Amino acid sequence: MAATDTTITAATAAAPGARARAAAYLGRRHRFKPWELLPWLLALAAFFVFPDRMVFGSQVLLMVLFALSLDLILGFAGIVSLGHAAFFGIGAYTAALVTLRGGWEEPISGLLIAAAVAAFAGAASGWVLLRYRGLTLLVLTLATTIMLQELGNLLRDITGGYDGLPGLVYTPLLGVFDYDLYGHVNYLYALAVLFVLFMAVRVIVYSPFGQTLAGIRENVARMHAIGSPVHLRLLVVYTISAAIAGVAGALFTQTNQYVTLGVFDFDNSAGVMVMLILGGAGRLYGAFVGAVIYMVLQDTLSKISPQYWQFAVGLMLVLTVLFARRGLLGLLEDTGRLFTRERKP
Amino acid sequence: MSATTNIIVSILFEGLAYAMFLFIVSVGLSVTMGLMGFVNLAHGAFAMAGGYLVLTAMRSYDVPFFAALALTFVIVGAASVVFERVFYARLYKATELDQVLLTIGLAFMAIATYTYLYGPRPQTIVLPDYLTGQVDILSRDFPAYRVFVIAVGAALIAVLWYAFDRTNVGAKIRAAVDNRRMAQSIGINVDRLFTLTFAVGSGLAALGGGLAIDLFGLTPSFAVLYLVFFLLVVAVGGLGSLKGTLLAAILLGVSDTAGKYVYAGAGGFIIYAVAMLVLLIKPAGLYGRD
Repeated sequence: MAATDTTITAATAAAPGARARAAAYLGRRHRFKPWELLPWLLALAAFFVFPDRMVFGSQVLLMVLFALSLDLILGFAGIVSLGHAAFFGIGAYTAALVTLRGGWEEPISGLLIAAAVAAFAGAASGWVLLRYRGLTLLVLTLATTIMLQELGNLLRDITGGYDGLPGLVYTPLLGVFDYDLYGHVNYLYALAVLFVLFMAVRVIVYSPFGQTLAGIRENVARMHAIGSPVHLRLLVVYTISAAIAGVAGALFTQTNQYVTLGVFDFDNSAGVMVMLILGGAGRLYGAFVGAVIYMVLQDTLSKISPQYWQFAVGLMLVLTVLFARRGLLGLLEDTGRLFTRERKP
Repeated sequence: MSATTNIIVSILFEGLAYAMFLFIVSVGLSVTMGLMGFVNLAHGAFAMAGGYLVLTAMRSYDVPFFAALALTFVIVGAASVVFERVFYARLYKATELDQVLLTIGLAFMAIATYTYLYGPRPQTIVLPDYLTGQVDILSRDFPAYRVFVIAVGAALIAVLWYAFDRTNVGAKIRAAVDNRRMAQSIGINVDRLFTLTFAVGSGLAALGGGLAIDLFGLTPSFAVLYLVFFLLVVAVGGLGSLKGTLLAAILLGVSDTAGKYVYAGAGGFIIYAVAMLVLLIKPAGLYGRD
């Protein structure tokens, strides 16, 4: 893998030439390409083309954000977790509880508090869980999420149990924009949050830190061998990812003005993974493609019958694994390569 | 008998019945994972399919309960070979993530199909008379069906132990779990062993699904709902270990039952807490190899 080689080069660079080359390579990758404007233009276009679907639109955007947070750990660092919904749920409940029990109704600081709590949970659980791999890690992440759900049910005086917490109120955004029935303000709010966090994630994955993550994903033994602090690196990215998932969860609570323990469901953890894999993991924009397709299909098929939808999710997963391991964007890339002259070996 | 002993006996008995169910379903998963390292999240779907097969055989074709259980073992075991050849065999060498995704996909498709066919509501069967009511053991009444489940579990443990420990095939399986490449290099066909254990494991899962109808009620979501417990048993027991799986099933089955008896509100916690505690101390499970 080119990524690993670069990491190794950068880390062991004795010659200044190699160091400069690595820096130039990273700089080149980090530079914006024209097509990167496309998703944002489309998101803005959707605002004007489907003005009456903005409630749905804001749900799509926050799922993009959630999928993006998973991309950080799954796509870039190669951590396979079956419990990412834990952090989404923690963020969602934090945003609900600071309002309902704490009387704190300002939304943006609500997001920040949710991010902080989710980050803390990510750091604490990651410190323990990231020492494990394989089936043990799968089972531990899955069990942690279910335990949180059980805990929420146990504390139903505070959390409302499975009935959830409806009717949450927030003060107008920035003290100016009040929420409308059509979700217009919420859509732009979610888009702005997504944009800011996406830029942060983009910086992270193209940084030398991001390269060490790719190194850990591709060959963990080699990273240990060259003295990279593997556990610490994983812990840092896990914490960042948890914080972003927490923000996505808080957006969910704020835009819907309710939250239930369903946010901790296995379906939520699995769903976000499906979105990411469908779009393409480890490539930033996969989260956009996957979440949009997933949410639109869910919206369309669930109206016919929930079973059709569930069958479709399963089928998409099986087809993606068997025929498009790198997701739809990977497929697009391969197709594009067929039409270019200089084909890479 | 004093009240406390009474409760303890109840917990042990109920817990043991639950443990036998967990063991019957999980043992196949443990051995196939130990052999190939294949993470199979569709295992619960085979159990669910077995439950519905028993249901249909008894309702529509008047097959007796025992025959229906035997039938479901054979049919689901045979059908699983098709899945193994078509889907699983392609992903032996793939990453764990690909295996997880493929098998979740299969599980979702199975749940959707069975919901379409049977509806989402819990289904029940009518058991033969001698399996309903109470059985008198040592001047104490026990529910007959749970006694039956424990007896089936005990019989299967004996058979599996013999097959694993005393037959040629069993020795090959143990060798392959210990060191697959070495086993292959001395001429053991591990792929074929895998297909065999996969078929038997899926058949046992289906049998467990049939037994579970009267314990928990049968819904299509069974495939995912109980999958967590099967995974816990496999992980806690250690991959590919018969003894470990049995011990883990008993540990988790009894502690879950105890939790629900002692403190109904937080009962769901105990099984996860116990499992996590074991895994944090022994990441490869009780009898697993690091």
